[in-house]
Amino acid sequence: MEQVIVNGVYLGSQYAMIALGLTLIFALMNVLNFAHGQMYVIGGFVTYTFYGQFGLPFVLALLMSCVTLAVLGALIEKFLFGPVIRRSAREESTMLLAAGIAFLLDAVILLVFGEKQRGVPKIVDGVFNWDFRIIIPYDRILICFLAILSIVAFISYMQFTRTGRALRAIAQDRVAAELMGVNVNRYSMIGFALGAMLAGLVGGLLVTITGVNLGMGGPTSIKAFMMVMIGGAGVISGAILGGFILGMLEAVGLAVLSQYGDITYLAIFVALMIFLAIRPQGLMGKPWG
Amino acid sequence: MLSRADTHRLPLVLGFAVFLIAVFLLVPFLISVTGRWNFYFTLTSVALLSVASAGVWLTFYIGRINIGQGAFALIGAYVSAILVTKAGVSFWVSLPAAGLFAGMVAIVIGLPILRLRGVYFAMITLVLTEVVRLTALALPITNGAKGIVSIPLPGELSLFGITIIPDFATIENPKLAFYYTACVLMVVCFASMYRIVNSRLGQLCRSMQQNEELASSVGVNIAYLRVIVFAISSFFGGLGGAMFGAIAQSVYPSSFVVKDSIDFMLNCFLGGLGYVFGPMLGTLVLYFGWDLLFELGRYQLLVYSGTLILLILVLPNGLLSIRFDRIRGLWK
Repeated sequence: MEQVIVNGVYLGSQYAMIALGLTLIFALMNVLNFAHGQMYVIGGFVTYTFYGQFGLPFVLALLMSCVTLAVLGALIEKFLFGPVIRRSAREESTMLLAAGIAFLLDAVILLVFGEKQRGVPKIVDGVFNWDFRIIIPYDRILICFLAILSIVAFISYMQFTRTGRALRAIAQDRVAAELMGVNVNRYSMIGFALGAMLAGLVGGLLVTITGVNLGMGGPTSIKAFMMVMIGGAGVISGAILGGFILGMLEAVGLAVLSQYGDITYLAIFVALMIFLAIRPQGLMGKPWG
Repeated sequence: MLSRADTHRLPLVLGFAVFLIAVFLLVPFLISVTGRWNFYFTLTSVALLSVASAGVWLTFYIGRINIGQGAFALIGAYVSAILVTKAGVSFWVSLPAAGLFAGMVAIVIGLPILRLRGVYFAMITLVLTEVVRLTALALPITNGAKGIVSIPLPGELSLFGITIIPDFATIENPKLAFYYTACVLMVVCFASMYRIVNSRLGQLCRSMQQNEELASSVGVNIAYLRVIVFAISSFFGGLGGAMFGAIAQSVYPSSFVVKDSIDFMLNCFLGGLGYVFGPMLGTLVLYFGWDLLFELGRYQLLVYSGTLILLILVLPNGLLSIRFDRIRGLWK
């Protein structure tokens, strides 16, 4: 049982980071970012290239992932989402654009990095073993720790800086924020870049453990959607909670339900649908947010 | 002497006639002249996928983003396949049965989830696609990952001893037969869509699309309406899926996945959400475009997605909005 909880926390810490980026973008732009999974994969490939191939230090490679994705996110917001949101009659048209960008990023990944599964050498060797009740490799502990550290850093950034305050204001009420003198266009761009950066960061962190391949993007996006729904769309605390809950459910499900075959995800999906029928806005969300 | 209503309808009737001639005579003629027989399969797929997309469009019409049509297409495909292979029912009976079953599932599921709106509804329908796929993997009757294979071709349909549709196995060119069947299905489907949109039901839907609370406050029974519309939408999805299964003669849990659900939605967006025939055009452009770009090899996805993004940037309100804008420009 202890092992299951540890696995759950480990999964949850990564999931929470993915969900954070998605929910941030949703809160600011009201855009369902289908390309989030692809951004995560690009982050993984950038770290792979710099750390695995060029032999740079891991931290530096991680930084490169963040910078690449932040620039990419900013460009996507500035030249694609911004103009389309301003010009389309119905807000939902951005979903077509988001899906188009997901296809485009998939194509770019295919051409630049190829379709093979890629992995990097372990950053720390050894396995933590507590009396055979909890067995977990040291690198997983390190990644989990880094992920929680990044989440804490992100929350403090949102709470205590001027940019964070502006972003929270836009998420709360876009028009009111603009009336109070917040440069909405500029901060939308910064927010999108920040969300993309989080996806890149978690991609870079995870490449050391699970590796990275082209097909990971889509399933990651679906998982991220689920976490956001559990917690409530557009709410930071909800995304973190949703991430940890899904991580826990997955760990427990794999441990308990594995004897009945591969039905963990079916059970999670059905539970989620029942849950949302009772509480449509998720745990922390505001109604019709 | 034509009355005013008739003159108003004339362009519509003419357009409809031209469309029918193009679909049923011109396309087979062109294909037989050029010898590109593989286009039949592509165009049949376009016709069937546009039927399913039409359903998605209808849910858009009440202001809901539906990314769950793949689920209902898969349900339809399985119902038809199971009826034909296990119960020995004729395909022509199983086809409406598949649609009805998908519609019934939609009513049961729709009652709770149609309370959700916006991205919440979008995401839960996306999850629904996964639920149906995983259920198909887990249930014994669907035969798990192996799927249901070697489904017989549609048999003979006769009424009072008169053969209406001959047995597909005896026809020398089943591809053409499937093409005609799919096109008839598409024409009937879009004609009924046009009828729905231009009826009282359609007006009620438009009122819902604009403001649900307001519509409800003036006495529109929105809870009833949205379930009905969702059921019709899923009926179309079930029909399209069942027919697709019959053409492929096999159904797998991966026959319709999340990617297909998203594609159905994209077809509607690309064609234009404000136009009944939007999903048809959108499906044609997306599916045909993807097929035509096949020769580009590894650059296929890049060119495809690049073109898609450009189209959205130029025409954010769908392909059909181009004509609309130009006409309005002339009037000014």
